[in-house]
Amino acid sequence: MTPALITAESVSMRFGGLLAVDDVDFELAEGAIASVIGPNGAGKTTLFNMLTGLYRPSAGRITFRGREISRARPDRITAMGIARTFQNIRLFPTMSALENVMVGQHARMRAGLFGSILRPPWVRSEERRVRERGCELLAYVGLAEGLFEDRASNLAYGDQRRIEIARALASEPAVLLLDEPTAGMNPSESANLTAFIRKLRDERGLTVLMIEHDMKVVMGVSERITVLDHGLKIAEGTPAEVRGDPRVIEAYLGVAGEPGS
Amino acid sequence: MSALLHKLPRGHERLLVAIVIAAAALLPLLFATGSPFIDDAVIALAFVVMALGLNIIVGFAGLLDLGYVAFFAIGAYTMGWLGSNFFFGAGGGEGLHILVSGRAAELPGVHVNFILVILVAVVFTTIAGMIIGLPTLRLRGDYIAVVTLAFGEIIGRLATNGDQIRIGGLWDATVAKLPGVTELGSEAVLTRGKQGITPIDKIDLPFLDPFGSLDVRSWYFVALALVLIVLFVNFRLRDSRLGRAWVALREDEVAAASMGIPIVRTKLLAYGIGAAFGGISGAFLGSYLNTVNADQFQFSFSIFVLAMVIIGGLGSIWGVVIGAVLLSFINGYLIPDVLNAIPRDIGLDFDLTQLSYGIFGFLLVIVMVLRPEGLIPERRRRLELHGVGAGVRAGAGTDVELADDAPR
Ligand SMILES: Nc1ncnc2c1ncn2[C@@H]1O[C@H](COP(=O)(O)OP(=O)(O)O)[C@@H](O)[C@H]1O
Ligand SMILES: [Mg+2]
Repeated sequence: MTPALITAESVSMRFGGLLAVDDVDFELAEGAIASVIGPNGAGKTTLFNMLTGLYRPSAGRITFRGREISRARPDRITAMGIARTFQNIRLFPTMSALENVMVGQHARMRAGLFGSILRPPWVRSEERRVRERGCELLAYVGLAEGLFEDRASNLAYGDQRRIEIARALASEPAVLLLDEPTAGMNPSESANLTAFIRKLRDERGLTVLMIEHDMKVVMGVSERITVLDHGLKIAEGTPAEVRGDPRVIEAYLGVAGEPGS
Repeated sequence: MSALLHKLPRGHERLLVAIVIAAAALLPLLFATGSPFIDDAVIALAFVVMALGLNIIVGFAGLLDLGYVAFFAIGAYTMGWLGSNFFFGAGGGEGLHILVSGRAAELPGVHVNFILVILVAVVFTTIAGMIIGLPTLRLRGDYIAVVTLAFGEIIGRLATNGDQIRIGGLWDATVAKLPGVTELGSEAVLTRGKQGITPIDKIDLPFLDPFGSLDVRSWYFVALALVLIVLFVNFRLRDSRLGRAWVALREDEVAAASMGIPIVRTKLLAYGIGAAFGGISGAFLGSYLNTVNADQFQFSFSIFVLAMVIIGGLGSIWGVVIGAVLLSFINGYLIPDVLNAIPRDIGLDFDLTQLSYGIFGFLLVIVMVLRPEGLIPERRRRLELHGVGAGVRAGAGTDVELADDAPR
């Protein structure tokens, strides 16, 4: 068994009277592709927000590479090696595609106030490197080169999703968290993305955790699946195990008929 | 003009900078020394420095600041404290003189070289900027505006009532005990209220005689030099890691934090640098106007500088320069010298200067309605406000907002 990269020990997140995540234990193995599934409102995004430091768990403990990060700031967590995308795309809308990806490299840059003002040679070369790397990443996620300098908000939805992934990769993460990456995509785009996610892991050694509704994607690519419902973890295991779990079927039946619809 | 500016690639922007600098440097030579035009131009340049500072806070980082006058005040008082006979008890009545020449070297009070005063003003206002920044870090939008407004008012009140605030005893009992620090005497107060600290030392640069108040051209060149320094810093920061971080914060704080940007430090840097520019300009104006009095530090001043930034174009360096020059000349020349008598000419019993702020409010409304992105919009804001490309956003579900107790 590979060591766990991220662990969450009985984490809960309470919003007033609502327990959005309820005493969940969770492990993410290094090098894995794993998924979190569950009906809308199950607490999946909330779990991501805790893992990335946007929310501080009401209870429980989260570690990354053995170090506790439950109370760490989001920028520190990003610097440590966890990057994410958002369910609702959150690019910086007036920045170009390239600038977005350059911002993504913030944690890997050194230029401070005086460096930025005086711009000594090392800052110049850092700027150049970050720009080149931004272009590489945009090309890697498949954005057409002619669009690099376009305003992010002017680009097509699918392109925005790509840029968001490139921006997350820009921070050189060990773990990539994808929140509903195929939302709004057609089946062939989804299939492409699935292949791309596998490529990320195989070529770059990334560990990937995603929230996903499309069962074809989930079952096709995940090695391990965690199922949340009403904040509770109701099942966990390989795709085959989870698919046959009566509680999972019930949770989905109660909502929308069959998994993924 | 503005269409032209947008198309300028970075290299051509350099050329434009060079042309503007050359023109600005030659300008005073076209007018006789002592011409009121140069006087107006000096003030305009000082406002450019301030507007560029406020632009970092409001334009780059998107933090609405309604109390910018505080930094002007702190810079001006730094000049007043360190360049006049105000602390007449300093050095046991002998005065304290650091690298000053001419008359200032003989007067009682604290007299510190202008360049050092500017540096001290930078330190004071940077600290003040960070202090004002701290409570606003947990707030957004309107709330930030209210806190900054209150801060500006507090500084204004301190300026007005500072003549009752005795600081000498406390100073002498504490700070003055440190080696090399002068005593101020128990009579020393904080400000001289509405009466004002005056006269203020003239600018005293190495290798030059102290400036005379009539030699307006010299002041013009110093103001121009300050503008150039501040412009340089603005351009460099705009196209840097820090500049991108500010824009990212302005557009989406949650996403910015998730991309590795430390929110607190990045915001405080914006406040600190923006404030420092206000301090530089304040110290310069203190010396140039030869007085530092509480009436200079009104709320309307903050709005005046903010109007320069908004009318020029939030976040747009060129726009802000033009906005500052424009409003400054309207305020200093057009209204008092050209249009002032109009109401009387048509039989109304007031001067137009009494309506100055009404006029600026009116201009602000017109610009907001007709051209909300400002006269020369920031490159990235150009399309935003006219709806081009707005709203290619989809997806459903709960959006992330930082909870109130989320770590920042
Ligand atoms: N910041 C918040 N404040 C209050 N309630 C929240 C907040 N974030 C999420 N919730 C609630 O927590 C529950 C889980 O939401 P979420 O994690 O977004 O679900 P999903 O599994 O669809 O991603 C929902 O009922 C949602 O309304
Ligand atoms: Mg969600």
